[in-house]
Amino acid sequence: MELTLWTYEGPPHVGAIRVAASMERVHLVLHAPQGDTYADLLFTMIERDGKRPPVTYTTFQARDLGGSTANCFLDTLRAAADRFKPQVLLVADSCTAELLQDQPGSLAATAGISIPVVPLEMVAYSRKENWGASETFFQLVAGLLRGVEKSPTNTENRPSRPSVNLLGPTKLGFRCRDDILEIESLLNGVGIDVNVVAPLGASPADLLEIPNADLNVCLYPEVAASTCQWLKRQFGMPYVDIVPLGYGATRDFLTAVSEALDYPINIDAIDHCRLPWYSRSVDSTYLTGKRVFIFGDATHAIAAARVASRELGFEVVGLGTYAREQARDVRAAAKELGLEALITSDYLEVEAAVERLAPELVLGTQMERHIAKRLGIGCAVISTPAHVQDYPARYSPQMGFEGANVMFDTWVHPLVMGLEEHLLTMFRDDFEFNDSAVPSHLAEEGGVSKRPEEQVNADDAEIAWANSAELELKKIPFFVRGKARRNTESFAVEHGLNVIEVETLYEAKAHFSR
Amino acid sequence: MPSIGPGTRILLAQPYLGETARALIARGATLLAAPFPLGAEGSLAWFRAAAESFNVPEDVFKSTMRAPFERAQRSLEGCKETLENRRIAFLPDSQLEIPLARFLSRECGMVPTEVSTPFYDALTMAQEAPLLPEGVEWFEGQDLDTALDRVRASRPDLTVCGMGIANPLEAEGLRTKWSIELMFSPIQGFDQAGDLAELFARPLRRQARLEVGSWS
Repeated sequence: MELTLWTYEGPPHVGAIRVAASMERVHLVLHAPQGDTYADLLFTMIERDGKRPPVTYTTFQARDLGGSTANCFLDTLRAAADRFKPQVLLVADSCTAELLQDQPGSLAATAGISIPVVPLEMVAYSRKENWGASETFFQLVAGLLRGVEKSPTNTENRPSRPSVNLLGPTKLGFRCRDDILEIESLLNGVGIDVNVVAPLGASPADLLEIPNADLNVCLYPEVAASTCQWLKRQFGMPYVDIVPLGYGATRDFLTAVSEALDYPINIDAIDHCRLPWYSRSVDSTYLTGKRVFIFGDATHAIAAARVASRELGFEVVGLGTYAREQARDVRAAAKELGLEALITSDYLEVEAAVERLAPELVLGTQMERHIAKRLGIGCAVISTPAHVQDYPARYSPQMGFEGANVMFDTWVHPLVMGLEEHLLTMFRDDFEFNDSAVPSHLAEEGGVSKRPEEQVNADDAEIAWANSAELELKKIPFFVRGKARRNTESFAVEHGLNVIEVETLYEAKAHFSR
Repeated sequence: MPSIGPGTRILLAQPYLGETARALIARGATLLAAPFPLGAEGSLAWFRAAAESFNVPEDVFKSTMRAPFERAQRSLEGCKETLENRRIAFLPDSQLEIPLARFLSRECGMVPTEVSTPFYDALTMAQEAPLLPEGVEWFEGQDLDTALDRVRASRPDLTVCGMGIANPLEAEGLRTKWSIELMFSPIQGFDQAGDLAELFARPLRRQARLEVGSWS
């Protein structure tokens, strides 16, 4: 067992709460000790929700453990049903309560409640938050629709406009609120109706309408993939699992929707995306080959790698995820870029990788934002877990053509601009631009005012820098100095040199520019 | 001002120092004839002008210059693949046009289709113009419209121009390089030769990299 101070994903019951909190008229009764009620805060603080999530905790205490925690659960369940009168009750254990083996699902069946109860098995010790959300959504949909016959398609009464369901958006997801608006308007613009959006904003009654659409869109695979697969098996509903994150992916998504619906879409007619021109305009030349490190949930990390490498012209130097369930996809995406994926839920490993790779930009979660800040590297957040500032007031989708525009702006903003690079070099001795001044692009992010001295690799400790070489190195602007130092040291090691002279520095420069 | 006069020798590192050079010559200084220190060849010739003027023995000059010269040549290899046989046009903007065309054609294998310079100063360019490859002509003048017409007709792989017309050319599917970047960046000398070539290779590598929009 590992002790950690921070985690990318909560336990699975947090995923269950995310689904419950996303929906209308659903209530979750969670068999959990008092301390587990912290989860409320995630919603009311980070996402600024105006109401508490629809969760009732049994909040058993240590003294209850001698008696019957099972009775405690049944009392809580009946009281919650009475008070909230939901259309569906979800019941689950939190990770702590799982140890009690009270089996709230079986207990609920004996409670004599008229409201349908969907029991959830959260297997807290092998699974995590996203799996919990996926499992909860799946159990809800399957629980309500199992045994329901899909009404035979009446070609006469069939509406002339095809319709789709958008599945997967939840509370505490990344920009779900705005993604839904963007994708809905994109589809409406080409004459496709949106039938049900779920879980976000849907009631159990809405879930019953899911089979009436022609197609499911698996917008957030972490949450909706297993549900889409089940709906395909159960009702023969096709689904599209291309996630429209990025310019190319949005076009691919529309093509896939068009093919799945056998419905023509004139993509060029609705493609008003600015990313292609912004990326080709001459100012963006300086973006070429910027070293980018990417870490997040699988969907956003893979999409970011595609946008970064093929749409912005960056060089992806690291790609990884904390989502072990989707590790295979991330490994494949990394391999395509000639990289080995970093699959870990240990943020210290991520930090070590960022330090070693010395990227110019980090695209990650809230934790990578901390890491980048500490190392004085520009950063943009692309994935959950995110903090309150990544639930912005303004419209700021990631998906669709507008999402691609937002990504362009957000990722370019933290970089030192093209001509600024040259000006920083020219004026490096000036008081405003010297190495200890906060760089303008990091000032508003609260960037470090003093950069950590570049670490000399312990393995290379036998290499010494001559004073003159050290002084020459200081002439190199700060944002490439670390790279110059590492390149020179590895050049020295390769060539069996013990002391780095000015000449070595320039030999290495010529060597690495080849 | 340090005392500059008879006995002072001057080497120019930038092409727009014609008036400065004339003022110094008027004070009695001697301008050493040399190409500008751009690229391995240009830098070597620039140092040679100084060495010859100070009667540095040839073997001393050669042994001192060998390492940095070879280093500069090595640093150019990385860009050659991108630049070789690509066609380049210079619109009149920075006065660097002739030395750059000389460097890019002789050391990087590029093919200049148009070399327009806003102002030809015979004093500063005397050693440069003869180094242009045979058949490459340069134009003097500010007639941008006719220069643009020629660029549109020949559609080179890269056009070096001022900031104002870079994006309009990009929008017409032509790759460009801001000439202003060449003033801001340290581009002189052996150890900057690779950086200088890289400035021209980058727009072409970007074109190869991007999968959005088109530069057809």
